[in-house]
Amino acid sequence: MSSLLEVSGVSVSFDGFKAINNLTFQIGEAEMRAVIGPNGAGKTTFMDIVTGKTRPDEGRVLWGEKSQSLLSMSESQIARAGVGRKFQRPTVFEDQTVAENLMLAIKKNRSPFAVLNFRATRADQEKVAELADEIGLLAALERKSGELSHGQKQWLEIGMLLAQDPRLLLVDEPAAGMTPAEREHTTDILVEAAKTRAVVVVEHDMEFVRRLNCKVTVLHEGSVLAEGSIDHVTSDQSVIEVYLGR
Amino acid sequence: MTDTTSLFPKYAKSRPFVARHPSVLIFLVCLALFTLGVTILSEGFGIGVISTSFIKTLGKTLCLCLVALAMDLVWGYTGILSLGHMAFFGIGGYAIGMWLMYARTEIIVVQSLAAAPLPPTPQEISDGIATQIFGVVGASEFPPIWAFAHSLPLQLAAVVLVPGLLALVFGWLAFRSRVTGVYLSILTQAMTLALSLYLFQNDSGLRGNNGLSGLQNLPGLDAVPQDTVSMWFLWASAAALGLGYVFAAWTVSGKFGSVLRAIRDNEARVRFLGYSVEAYKLFIFTVTAIIAAIAGALYYPQAGIINPAEIAPIASIYLAVWVAIGGRGRLYGAVIGAAFVSLLSTWFTGGQAPDINLGVYTVQWVDWWTILLGLSFVAVTLFAPKGIGGILDLLEQRRSPDRHGADLGPDAGALREKEADT
Repeated sequence: MSSLLEVSGVSVSFDGFKAINNLTFQIGEAEMRAVIGPNGAGKTTFMDIVTGKTRPDEGRVLWGEKSQSLLSMSESQIARAGVGRKFQRPTVFEDQTVAENLMLAIKKNRSPFAVLNFRATRADQEKVAELADEIGLLAALERKSGELSHGQKQWLEIGMLLAQDPRLLLVDEPAAGMTPAEREHTTDILVEAAKTRAVVVVEHDMEFVRRLNCKVTVLHEGSVLAEGSIDHVTSDQSVIEVYLGR
Repeated sequence: MTDTTSLFPKYAKSRPFVARHPSVLIFLVCLALFTLGVTILSEGFGIGVISTSFIKTLGKTLCLCLVALAMDLVWGYTGILSLGHMAFFGIGGYAIGMWLMYARTEIIVVQSLAAAPLPPTPQEISDGIATQIFGVVGASEFPPIWAFAHSLPLQLAAVVLVPGLLALVFGWLAFRSRVTGVYLSILTQAMTLALSLYLFQNDSGLRGNNGLSGLQNLPGLDAVPQDTVSMWFLWASAAALGLGYVFAAWTVSGKFGSVLRAIRDNEARVRFLGYSVEAYKLFIFTVTAIIAAIAGALYYPQAGIINPAEIAPIASIYLAVWVAIGGRGRLYGAVIGAAFVSLLSTWFTGGQAPDINLGVYTVQWVDWWTILLGLSFVAVTLFAPKGIGGILDLLEQRRSPDRHGADLGPDAGALREKEADT
């Protein structure tokens, strides 16, 4: 299987503290992967590196068929190349309506002049309505997203992520603050998305990870501690030590 | 999901622009009625109730409304607190002022040399003009920047191109380095101060602290009384404001405006959506600089004089104050703020406001107006962040919901969460 994202030998340190230490990570075209690890394991820094927010001190981050380096690209270029990211806490544009938020995210030419002349076609509007329906916000399309509940904002952000139609989704704790029913729906959406694209889910909640039923990468102190099925990693002695012992 | 068009009135393309934005139509009607009313009451074309000097004040106010509109686009909508837009306004004034001064002096010099026994050579005429214009700073030669001053089309092009290029270069350097927030404000302020100090020098080529004067006289139109000229400029200013308003409304409506407001509220998140934040900021910064320059080019012929003090940093701060008092993030708010505060300022500083005798101390408004303005600014910021425009919301009952935490925008600080930065 060809890999979509290939991170190799990446290290980054902040003021002498090694947040990521010689990390190597690969994910294929249509694959679901859970990344777990204790606090400070470097999960968020890993996402920052892939999305261009943080530049690593060394190592390579290669993308797509042409093995393009993401390290020389800006955040917006990386996003346009097909990397979508959902933040830990929902970050939607609170002053704008749900429809506007989704319309911003929908995959279109993003240059200022193209956007200036943008008029939503029927297809765009249907796409937005369809997404809103999927995330249960169809009735709230014209509401300001700042008025939504925490859980609804999480949904909206997932909807925006899907609207971007990325090839790789980086999802940081998607189920935080959700009810069990909502979690189940989230799982369904992510599993569905992983059929056509790569999905990386960072999560603390082992139960949620188990339900995703995918390969798991355990990070610890900035590098990969173990990798494999959930049963494999949870029975790994070093993982047990990191999570339980000390 | 059958009738999606009704779900997105904002994006529906079937309906005409004014139907989607009724406030634009209301504004244009108000502006047209105002212009018509002033014309009827003017000395030049009407019954002469409004003096020509007040016509000029009104015309200048329309120009200030236009530059406030530009400020609202860049600050209220995009969140870039530029404290340098009055510099672009001033550059526009200088650019048109150079032609006005040159062309008028040329006519005078040609007339005076016509009496000479030999017809004057072009060189003699040029020297004569230079001596007339630069005698006051002890020079008698044209500096290089006056190379195009003889040509109205070229100076009109300069009104647009010089501020546009300056904004483009400055913005590119600043936004590329991701200078934001208060640091960007300081940087724009520094640019303004540097420009102002440079122009104060006699060898800047623009007559130092004397500035350019006599701009109210249109070359070759000496026969036309100021009563008439003032009305021409009022109409031109009103037309520019109307066009500027429609342009601004078009810019902030739809998806482009959505991106701008998103940048204002959380620019890091906008980057992760794939938008080049720098390109958008550069676009809006440059376009608003050009709008400001056009406003300046219409303002100074009505003011009659421009000097470097007009470009001083305080002018740009006033601009921000007008927009804040009028209401950021709404176009009519900027217009209301600029008109209200600048007319009030004219009234107070013009000596028309009655002094208040407190017995031990007499409040003279000429001195105390600035303090009153400062206090109003603080009060608006603290108690009515939506400004005067917010009153209209109350009328429409279109208030944002009561909720804990701060108001939703337009301040970055007003947002409760800033996840993308963490």
